[in-house]
Amino acid sequence: MTEALNLFEQQARNRRQTVAWLVLFILFFAWIGFGGDAVLYFGSVDEAGAAHYTVPFIGLGATLVAALIAWTSYKGGAKRVLWSAGARELTAPGTHEEKQLLNVVEEMAIAAGLPMPKVYVVEDHDPNAFATGTGPETACIAVTSGLLTTLNREELQGVIGHEMSHVRNLDVRLMTLIAALAGAVVLLSDGLGRFFRGGGGRMIGGRGGGRGKGGAGAIALVILVLWVITLILAPIIVRLMAMAVSRNREYLADATGAELTRNPLALAGALQKIESAAAPTTSIKRGTAHLCVADPLGRKVNLKEGFLANVFGTHPPMAVRIARLKGMGFQQAKAAGGLPSA
Amino acid sequence: MQFVLLIVAVVVVVWMVGAYNGLIALKNQTVNAWKQIDVQLKRRHDLIPNLVNTVKGSMEFEKETLDAVVSARSRAMQGGGGVKETAAAEGALSGALGKLFVVMENYPDLKSSQNVRDLQEELSSTENKIAFARQLYNDVATKYNTKQMQFPTNLVAGMAKATPAELWEIEDASERAVPQVDLSLGKKPPAA
Repeated sequence: MTEALNLFEQQARNRRQTVAWLVLFILFFAWIGFGGDAVLYFGSVDEAGAAHYTVPFIGLGATLVAALIAWTSYKGGAKRVLWSAGARELTAPGTHEEKQLLNVVEEMAIAAGLPMPKVYVVEDHDPNAFATGTGPETACIAVTSGLLTTLNREELQGVIGHEMSHVRNLDVRLMTLIAALAGAVVLLSDGLGRFFRGGGGRMIGGRGGGRGKGGAGAIALVILVLWVITLILAPIIVRLMAMAVSRNREYLADATGAELTRNPLALAGALQKIESAAAPTTSIKRGTAHLCVADPLGRKVNLKEGFLANVFGTHPPMAVRIARLKGMGFQQAKAAGGLPSA
Repeated sequence: MQFVLLIVAVVVVVWMVGAYNGLIALKNQTVNAWKQIDVQLKRRHDLIPNLVNTVKGSMEFEKETLDAVVSARSRAMQGGGGVKETAAAEGALSGALGKLFVVMENYPDLKSSQNVRDLQEELSSTENKIAFARQLYNDVATKYNTKQMQFPTNLVAGMAKATPAELWEIEDASERAVPQVDLSLGKKPPAA
């Protein structure tokens, strides 16, 4: 019973956070837009105190664009993630490994009581896997070809079980959305940064300084400073938030994945193999790192515990994950009477 | 006063509707989970003749093992019984299949045949699917059973025609052992 409650709580939390991310994202774009308008408005105040710039075109435009991006991200985020990783859908399995993969995914779908997700393969020697989609009905699970050759059947099942729990908990919806939204924020920030370096700033600045009078000019300056600061910090903050969202959900997916397979040691073995392969998964880009079962960038920060790892890692330390799974395996063996009680 | 009574009545009715619908939803989930098992069991029944025909030629000496599988299959296919009877018949079939897989380990050329390897993967996957479907069914059925016994949901259990669902117990010790059998899938075959 507690397990079911946790699942619903988890789903509810993910639904809430999905909405929060969408709202925050649109608010961010609105602030960038209307902030720019405000600078122009106060900058255009003339000697008589009348403003020449009165209709907030940029703000309205930016909000509209943000809403559009949010909507397309929600609808097409999964496709973009798969496309950027170069994943191909596995419809007609050719090799024994591919047939086995389809079977294992179907087994896990049955165990979780979910419809069969679409299965994708990424041609990459480094073992890794990720799940994406907007919900159980549209879920996609992608694995690298390296994962298929490195892991045995049980370990593969462990990894797929982990991904299936991400699907069931609705983690995939939130994390796919974050991947797309974070991309849009970085793009906006980079684009505007380039615009200002390229001389666009002089135009606004010149206007504000030249025509602005007294108080209006000061307000314009303050808004401009705040505006630039948010623009610089936004990509960093978004990335940190994405990492936090991912990190929190990895332990849970490990645990619920083990609950599906009833074999925590297999996932522990898989994680060990993935860790010792250690080479970065080159086909998986930075923006989608938080979707993977193990950090594809092979960053050292994910190996440690402590403050830095807590802030900058997309995944909890591998050693801790493995230790927890082994603990679960020990409990299971003890409950089955396979071990003398301590 | 009448107003208060009205509110109480409304609350009670709303709660009853919720509890009733909750029970019905769980009942349907239980039925669906059972259908999942059924699909996989049928699939296994369909796969077995293929396997038997493929290995028959090379395994002349193991006639008993093959016969055991065939007869266990036909017994399981008769069906008709409740959860317990189905579980027993399918358990026996799992046991017979497990034995066949163990014996097949002694025939290296049989095992290296692509056809047999694919069949074996299909069968062991079906075996897994049955196990996972059973796991899901037992979980859902337990939830359903608990719900209809718990107070106060038990008050509407009669109205929802909720009766305890029978769990699929694993009684056969040999069946328990089946997943332990290494079907050579643990080791990766040389790259094809």
